[in-house]
This record gives sequence, structure tokens and C-alpha cells, in this order.
Amino acid sequence: MREKILELLERNSRMTPAEIAVLLGSSEEVIAAEIKKMEDENIICGYNTLVDWDKTGADIITALIEVRVTPTRGQGFDNIAERIYNYPEVQSVYLISGGYDLLVILEGKTLKEVSHFVSSKLSTLDSVISTATHFILKKYKDDGIIFDKKKKDERMPVAP
Amino acid sequence: MRDPIGKKAAELKPSGIRKFFDIVAEMDDVISLGVGEPDFDTPWAIRDEGIYSLEQGRTFYTSNSGLKELRKEITNYVHRSLGVDYDPLKETLITVGGSEAIDLAFRAMINPGDEVLVPEPSYVSYKPCAILADAVPVVIDLKEEDQFRLTAEEVEAAITPKTKILVLPFPNNPTGAVMRKEDLEAVAKVCIEHDIYVVSDEIYSELTYTGEKHRSIVQVPGMQERTILINGFSKAFAMTGWRLGYCCGPAAIIKQMTKVHQFAIMCAPTNSQYAAVVALRDCAGEVDKMREAYNQRRRFLLHEFKEMGLPCFEPFGAFYMFPSIKEFGMSSDEFATELLKDQRVAVVPGSAFGESGEGYVRISYAYSLESLKLAMGRISEFISKLRAGKQ
Repeated sequence: MREKILELLERNSRMTPAEIAVLLGSSEEVIAAEIKKMEDENIICGYNTLVDWDKTGADIITALIEVRVTPTRGQGFDNIAERIYNYPEVQSVYLISGGYDLLVILEGKTLKEVSHFVSSKLSTLDSVISTATHFILKKYKDDGIIFDKKKKDERMPVAP
Repeated sequence: MRDPIGKKAAELKPSGIRKFFDIVAEMDDVISLGVGEPDFDTPWAIRDEGIYSLEQGRTFYTSNSGLKELRKEITNYVHRSLGVDYDPLKETLITVGGSEAIDLAFRAMINPGDEVLVPEPSYVSYKPCAILADAVPVVIDLKEEDQFRLTAEEVEAAITPKTKILVLPFPNNPTGAVMRKEDLEAVAKVCIEHDIYVVSDEIYSELTYTGEKHRSIVQVPGMQERTILINGFSKAFAMTGWRLGYCCGPAAIIKQMTKVHQFAIMCAPTNSQYAAVVALRDCAGEVDKMREAYNQRRRFLLHEFKEMGLPCFEPFGAFYMFPSIKEFGMSSDEFATELLKDQRVAVVPGSAFGESGEGYVRISYAYSLESLKLAMGRISEFISKLRAGKQ
């Protein structure tokens, strides 16, 4: 039941407990209680809206930054990750296996703003060995949703 | 000039759906709930394989029976899902959709004048195909009080010395009815007693919502040797346009079906056959996802009909609802026409699926929840108007 609720909310966080109850063959009370529990347990961490900022007037630049770091004794990567994710302009921080350690996703208004963050805040952190910054040119698909897909129903309207 | 038209074709009744199609095609802003095919795209892995097979230049005929590799995947799949075994080489044939298999089965098995039992409401092809094969179709009217299931008594009552084939169309289009184990066993007993063959059209087998797996009459002891099992890729894998189906059955019948198929069709589309291998091998997860989405919509519509006070038995298969509109004192054709004109919602009159479908309409839920919500709002308004008008 939990997973099914989460799947529905992940696709459409505006769905009400009453609507979910109908789809899953349950009752509004049960669903509402389950959602509340999952919020308390931090399984549901928030309700976001997926925005294609490119279509708005707002100038937003997204950068992927590969960061190599020296893990600190006793703390591993958690300490340095925390120092990075506390910056509000940082959208995501992942610990990665492979050629580098942390993947940082950053949003800024201008190229300058992003490069300023990298050079003055990120690179200067003690444990950071090196960074490589990639700017995102176009988002095709995010969180499972394809941005520019308008689908026309091409089926014949009536068929046996 | 002589009349170019042959009697048999001329006397076939055209499908009752055609008229609706013509009206809908002329209108804008129609929400159609009249479609009999999935709204999902074919899973990407399958489409990708189709593209790859074209890139590889696999553009030739396959053997008449179809790719050996695909027939093996099919018999493996039938084994996995039903626990029944077929020989991929002698007891399996790949067809152009399940529809072709229906046609072939009749043509391979019928002698002129043989009777074919056709439970209705059901898919529109059985009767015409039987007639074209020089059989006499005998209709069995299914009843809502039986949840539109076929009962052994009904079969027994329709049997004459000329009866050769029983068509078993479950999960059912248009009612959504499914047969339980005990229903199948009872029907099987009658078939064995009277030496009747079964053409079991199980094209919706992957779309059942009972929480249990679909059951087939071939699972009943003694039935595999007298049943042609028909299935295909259209509904389960959202592959309607690929035109690919198959059938499994006794080698002697499959041999004759293959002969007719060879002369009429040659082979099923090669590209589709390669893609279908991937469907059976890798796409069970996608099917599960689609089934869950259909089930949610099914529950949504049941809930909406309940709110409207529109009586509808709970269907456990396919992707159709079959609510009763008897309270309005209109034929299902009138109801559907008025609904279309007044609210621009297209549904299919139950009578298009046989006389026993009169008094019902078929509503497909192969649509997004958003479309269904919109359509239910309009239907609700229409019904309120009708009820207000009657007072």
C-alpha cells in the first residue's frame, strides 16, 4: 500500500487522500493516516513542483560539479558533504563511486555566479582536491518526466 | 454488367460501430471513451528492438508459422502463465493479430452447416467469421445476473447435433467479465460430454484485476486437446498497430490453420515478430505497471458510477465498464447518440456487441485519469438532465 501511495504522489503530489483512496480501493482515513506517518518518518520529504524554467523568463543556470575530496578521519565524506549542501544554491549532493567522490548540482542566475561559487567557496574547502564544472545546456527529461512531449491521441476515436 | 458483389459478403451485417465513428470524426472537442486499444505507447524496449531489426535489414518473410525463436518464447510464456505445455514447432502459429487466428480457426475446423456457439455481448468478429466459413452462428445471451459469465447450463441448452465449436471470449470485451475456475470446469465438462471444440479468445488475459492469475479452459484436464487458445500482443503490450497474435492448439488443427494462413497471408510481419521476442522476454514489469494503472482507473470509474447512481456490475478484466442505462427508457444506440450530441462524449452502444448488449453502453478506460475525470463530469451532467426531464 505504501509504495502505491508513494508512486501516485511522486507523479502528482496534488492528489488528495480521497482521490488516492478511490484509485487504490481504500478509505480516505486510512490513506491520510498513512501519508501522515510517512511524513513523520521522513519517507515523504517534501512536495515539489517540477518546473521547466527554460520556458519562463527567469534566467537559471544549472551546473553539475564533480568534486574530488579527501575524506576526513572518523567522518568519511559526511562532514564535507554537509559543508557543501548547507549552501542554499546547492540543489543536490550525491556521493558517487568512480572517478570522483561528490556530485554537486548547483543552480545560479549567471555563469559568473556559478563560477564564483566554485572558485571562492567550493575549491577553497580544505578537503577539496579538485573540481570539474559542467553546465547543463538543455533538460530533456527530469524526474521521469519528458519536458517537451505533447502527445496527441492518434487512436481511432471509436473501435471495437 | 453482372453484379460484382457476392452474396456472402453482401449479407454480412456491417459493424454497428461504424456509424458512431463517422459522427465522432466530424465533431471537435469530443472525449472519446470508445476506443478498444491501450492508451499506452508500446514499451520502449520493444520499439527499440523493432527499430534495431529494421537496421539489421531483417525485412524478409519469416517461415509461415512464424519465427522459431518467437514461438519458443510463446510456449515458454504459456507454460509460465498457465502451466500448460505446447510444442513450439507443431502446436503454435503466429498470426496477424488475434483476429486472424479467429478466422483461421473457423476455416480450418468448420464443415458447411456446422454450428458455432457465440456468447454475446462479445467482440464483433466471431459471427461474421463463422458465417464466412459457412458455419451457422448460434448466439448465447449472457446475463448481467451471472456477471456476464457463461454458464454450463446455457451451453448445454444451445447444443444441437450440429454444434462443433464453442467460442469462449473471456476476459470479455465489452463487459469486462472473467470466468472463474469453477465456471470453466463446468463448461469444459459439457464440451467433453458433447464432443465440442473450443476457440478460446484470451487476448485480454494479462488484464485481470481479481488479484489472481487469469485462468484458461486449457488448464482443465481433457480440454487442451480440444481447444484453440488465441492470444496476442495488442492488449498486454500495447502493440495494436504491430498486428501480432498467436494461437496454440492440437497439431492437426494448427497444421490446417497454417495452410490457410500460408495461402492468405504468408507470414505475420517480420519486424513485429522480432520486437515481440523482447516483449515476452523482458517486459513483464511494464505489463504489471500498465495493469496497475488500468486497475486504478477501473476503481475510479466504479466509484463515479456509484456516485451517479448508474448501475454497473464490477468487471474484473479487460479495460471496459458496461453500465446499464435501462432506467432511461432509451435504446443504447439512442443513449450513446444523445450523449455524444449533448456532451460530446463518445461511448459505444452495447447493442453493437449483440442483442443482449441492448440496455448497456461500453465505456473504455484506456484513457488517462484526467480524461476520464472530464468525461465522468459530462456523463453525470447528461444523466442528471435525463432524470430531470423524466420527472
